[in-house]
Amino acid sequence: MKNAIFLDNAATTRADPEVIDAMEPWLSEKFGSPATLYSMGSQAKQAIDAARQSFADLIGADQKDIFFTSGATESNNWAIKGVADALESKGRHIITDVAEHHSILMPLRYLEKKGWEVTYLPTDSDGVVNPEAVAAAIRDDTVLVSIVHANHEIGTIQPITAIGKITSEKGVIFHVNAAQTVGHIPVDVNHLGVDLLSSSAHKFYGPKGVGAMYIRHGVRITPLLHGGTQEKKRRAGTHNVPGIVGMGKASEIARHSLEAEATRLAGLRNHIFDWVEGNIDDIRINGHRTERLPGNVNFSIEGIEGESIMLSLSYPTAGDARPVYVSTGSACVSGSLEPSHILLALGLPAELAHGSVRITMAKADTQEDVDYALETIAAVAERLRSMSPVYKRGNKKCSAGNSSQGCDCEAAS
Amino acid sequence: MYTEKVMDHFQNPRNMGEVENPDGVGEVGNPQCGDVMRITIKVDEEQDRIDDVKFKTLGCGAAIATSSMVTELAKGKTLDEAQEISRKVVAEALGGLPPQKMHCSNLASDGLQKAIEDYRARHAKKETV
Repeated sequence: MKNAIFLDNAATTRADPEVIDAMEPWLSEKFGSPATLYSMGSQAKQAIDAARQSFADLIGADQKDIFFTSGATESNNWAIKGVADALESKGRHIITDVAEHHSILMPLRYLEKKGWEVTYLPTDSDGVVNPEAVAAAIRDDTVLVSIVHANHEIGTIQPITAIGKITSEKGVIFHVNAAQTVGHIPVDVNHLGVDLLSSSAHKFYGPKGVGAMYIRHGVRITPLLHGGTQEKKRRAGTHNVPGIVGMGKASEIARHSLEAEATRLAGLRNHIFDWVEGNIDDIRINGHRTERLPGNVNFSIEGIEGESIMLSLSYPTAGDARPVYVSTGSACVSGSLEPSHILLALGLPAELAHGSVRITMAKADTQEDVDYALETIAAVAERLRSMSPVYKRGNKKCSAGNSSQGCDCEAAS
Repeated sequence: MYTEKVMDHFQNPRNMGEVENPDGVGEVGNPQCGDVMRITIKVDEEQDRIDDVKFKTLGCGAAIATSSMVTELAKGKTLDEAQEISRKVVAEALGGLPPQKMHCSNLASDGLQKAIEDYRARHAKKETV
């Protein structure tokens, strides 16, 4: 296949070649477990400590407060279940918002089944959570507030510092899922005022299967995995040494390149917004225009459906065309009958959520690639609209506030 | 996840568009669900045969492929023969569909059946006039 344009970097990124080089010895000659006392083991231990320092430096933390995990899903589960378990006697109420990732929402559903109460705050039409709503929702029995740093689908960055001030005044633990922001925009745990922070290496050019949790000194949290004494008895299991070393290397690279890269990507992002608004009729930009991840673009194309856009882009018919990989919030891709809960939370009608396109850029993506992808998207939109029995140009459904009643395919058939 | 046949019909849909002055129209689905299909047919009254059939579809890959396939299966068939074209027949002709698509995005045969019903209802009216 002709060289593809990968614009799905919020899903995962390609590991940096330097990261792969740094990992390699720890898979081969230096394969020892850091828990052992002979030299191979102590070398591995030193490597882990160096990675811990490197990641701590990236997020402005003390290295003693960093705990390696298998990724953001584990860290999120740990934050929620671990705090719930440790503070159950204080109260059984948790606050989050409706547009969170499933690795936050599902552990919360699990707790709800066990009798916990969860407040799901709404977002505004750009996906922003109001800090005052957080303050108003905190009760005497609230033990945890969990809000994402930046949304993986629409890229909206939350006012974490403002929320952190409130939680610290009220003495409630504040967890932030920073899977999309660490390594992409400046993250400083003290400036943000967070107590717990989740991160994942493969989102910033590190390997899959490794992540970390920042736990502010003194925060009470029960381990998720019990077993050996690794990670100060807070996260058992033989260390993923190659993965951790890779995460350390990715952190070091990010610390030096993050700001310039964020500026470059934000330029490309704004260019895409301007281009789609100028060249494709009847679209809606989803998410906040400026308080937004530099590499994230999300828009809905009225009158067509996301999976057919995605398939058309990834399997082009012309022999010399380059495949373009994007993502969508359509139900057809989620595996359920409902489109993305995040787009519905913005107040989008279901038909616009089905027609959403998410472009997420990373280091390898150039202006040339982006322009190629845009021309292709416009052509695909035109073709699919010509096939659509419902699309009428200028019909203006592209406004929020007309939320759907959900979809029953049986009733519709 | 899709068979080669599904991808072929998705990428090169047959009989896309609308029949001019159709004798029967069938529309199924709902934009909220992400799938809407409109099947239009031209019927040879003497032979009771579908002379032309076209589709317009909003939906996923499976929705477009099943629409294309149903028009290919129905073209040239008598109305009685075309009434035998079920969801299952369409899915099998495409070499199968992923399980989650069997249900929602496989409405094309329903659209065809609705178009035939519409033709028969109009025809019955015409005969009573």
